[in-house]
Amino acid sequence: MSLQLFLLLASALFSIGLYGALTQQSVVMLMMGLELMLNGVIIAASAFWFYTSAQAPDGQVLVLVVIAAMTIEMAVGFAVQTLIYRSQQVDMTDMASELSG
Amino acid sequence: MTVLFWVLSLAAVGFGFAVFRVDSMARATFALALSFICVGALMLLLDLDYLGLIVVLMMTMEMAIMAVFMIMFMMNPGGLMPMSMFHNKRASMGLAVGTFLVLGTGAILVPWPTRDTAPPPDVTAQLGLGLMEDKMLVMMTVSAVMFATLVTVTVMAAARTRYDRLGDDLRGPASDPVPGGVG
Repeated sequence: MSLQLFLLLASALFSIGLYGALTQQSVVMLMMGLELMLNGVIIAASAFWFYTSAQAPDGQVLVLVVIAAMTIEMAVGFAVQTLIYRSQQVDMTDMASELSG
Repeated sequence: MTVLFWVLSLAAVGFGFAVFRVDSMARATFALALSFICVGALMLLLDLDYLGLIVVLMMTMEMAIMAVFMIMFMMNPGGLMPMSMFHNKRASMGLAVGTFLVLGTGAILVPWPTRDTAPPPDVTAQLGLGLMEDKMLVMMTVSAVMFATLVTVTVMAAARTRYDRLGDDLRGPASDPVPGGVG
């Protein structure tokens, strides 16, 4: 167990999340990718706190903010998805293209 | 400890990858929940008892709710509509691998600082005192943003609001499909 290993794990989770967010057609699956990316950020921030600055609470507060950001992303994402489906029956990213030039 | 770390790490990555490999979107939700539980357990290894437990509890609930949405918006319900759920697969894989290489190289090569003091005996008390003293602004901002989120998502997701029911001036008699005042 070392900071490097934890950061490697975080990089792997972040990259898998990025792959999912870029490839998935379904809007809800795209949000799963974003969640996985934030999952990586959480474990990276925790490891940074533990291995570099455990005497101060800053790292823990950062983890708390990321967890809050994750909940907000989820709630707003589902609300937008419900709204856009209700108005235009859109449930895939390729269908929501009114703003494309 | 080391064995536990490796098992949990590989499980977290494995379940994370399974999210985008399984056919059913409901199964993907549970794979993501398991990945989050592994990360929560890894946080327990880092002495973060409170935050690790929060992640496990919150993500279990969140994924249970998410499963409902997954079923609502499922693309291939019960295998009835076999279809590809992907687009732009090759470029995305390239980008993801590239990101991993850049981040991983940085993680290994950067000379990270080390701490010279031990973690405090009560880590949770450190977080609580931090939030209530030095980092009070963080707590207040998060609270306000959370409340704004609650209002926003309710307004966005509501099908018929009071303007639909009562008219623009909010004075008229409610026009409900089913009378009784429940909307």
